[in-house]
Amino acid sequence: MPTPNKHFDKSLWVFHVNTGSCNGCDIEILAALTPRYDVERFGIKLVGSPRHADALLVTGPVSRDMVDKLKRFYEQVPDPKVVIVIGSCGISGGVFHESYDLVGPVDRIIPVDVYVPGCPPRPEAIIDGVVKAWLKLERLRGENK
Amino acid sequence: MASDVLTLVNIVVGTFLVTLFGITFGLLTKGVDRKLAAHMQWRIGPPVIQPFRDVFKLLCKESIVPRNAVSWLYNMAPIVCLASTVTILLYIPFGSIAPILGHYGDVILILYLLTIPSLAMVTGGFASGSPFATVGAQREMVLMMSYEFPLATTVIALGWKISTLNPSMPVFSLETFAQYPVWNIMGPLGIVGAAILLLIMMLVTTGEITKVPFDIAEAETEIAEGLFVEYSGRNLALFYLADAVKTVVMASLIVAIFFPYNLSPLLKDYLTLPSFGCYTMDFLFYLLKLEIVIFFAMTFIRVSVARFKVDQVVKMYWGYLTLAAIIALVLIGLDIYIGGV
Repeated sequence: MPTPNKHFDKSLWVFHVNTGSCNGCDIEILAALTPRYDVERFGIKLVGSPRHADALLVTGPVSRDMVDKLKRFYEQVPDPKVVIVIGSCGISGGVFHESYDLVGPVDRIIPVDVYVPGCPPRPEAIIDGVVKAWLKLERLRGENK
Repeated sequence: MASDVLTLVNIVVGTFLVTLFGITFGLLTKGVDRKLAAHMQWRIGPPVIQPFRDVFKLLCKESIVPRNAVSWLYNMAPIVCLASTVTILLYIPFGSIAPILGHYGDVILILYLLTIPSLAMVTGGFASGSPFATVGAQREMVLMMSYEFPLATTVIALGWKISTLNPSMPVFSLETFAQYPVWNIMGPLGIVGAAILLLIMMLVTTGEITKVPFDIAEAETEIAEGLFVEYSGRNLALFYLADAVKTVVMASLIVAIFFPYNLSPLLKDYLTLPSFGCYTMDFLFYLLKLEIVIFFAMTFIRVSVARFKVDQVVKMYWGYLTLAAIIALVLIGLDIYIGGV
């Protein structure tokens, strides 16, 4: 895996994957981008293609339909990368934990670095999750030295 | 012989400096643009140096080549795109500093060169073998064909006026444009025409650097960044740089055609500066003009409106702007006719 350089933390481009969530978390992610929270001041940008992304924001409990797609999204993100799960659904299945259609949670399918609990988590919590992702990147830098 | 070598050295060193300037200032401009856009939306926005960080980050990322891409074309396109964009800068004067290759080409050449970065992007898009990129490449071609006519009309109308004043001058050379600023040589009708042409140039610039509302080719919410959908890492960084330089190129072209004024001739009665000081002052003034042009051609429009649909873009350029360009051409023609009598 290529070593992330020191500019990596300050220019984290995120790609947002909805794996069957109720849209609550997605709206909170958008709220983090609005002028009130304005994550762009930390260099965080929402991009339209996983190839451009550094971080994958995954919401939802992963329904059967989304398994292959989630794996492909993960593989399409170029290294170095982090995966951030937003919301209780992706962590434990949440309110959908008994559903016949549930294959997740997310960490059964792809490796996850940061969990942001909440139903839905507040934008502050999402920003905090991204800060936690920086810790992983710092660790990567340490390992590759 | 010695002078030939000297010219060659001049060109090589100059190219290096212009590349450095284009990239640095382009990225800085992108940062200023993002900051201003953020302020216009009541946000704080990223620091001005953010684009530099983005580029350095992209350079450390993995560069993926998709399995069904044509890999040599796919990898070549970003390089050609950046190189051709920088090449255009060599033909454009910076303030009172003459262009390095100014004697080898004029505005007509610049018009042709302007299509090469877009063509490189189209090639890269088709070569990446993704349906999104293919759609993006087709849209980029549509866009390119749409703004070509208004852009050409602008240059031709102004060249026409200059040619009636001084038939012996090289009409389309940017130095001639600098010698006879548009607003000084026109009559009242011509000034109206030139103002329309300036507006057209501004809107063509927005399309040329594919920013909202003309960013149909890389509409990220619609076709997932279009042309660049498969690009990552170093290749994406090169496209990012090319975009930054292209902004400088288009703004420089507007400044060179419409606002070729310099500070030093105006101030020479009050100030005595060494020639180096004059060059610096003109250069800084030129940077200021660039920022103003970029603000109105890019930031202001980008923040104010949403994206057009493909057919709306075509209607805008082929319909309204072409019509406006022809009206301006007629106005300038009338101006020439009246002036001639």
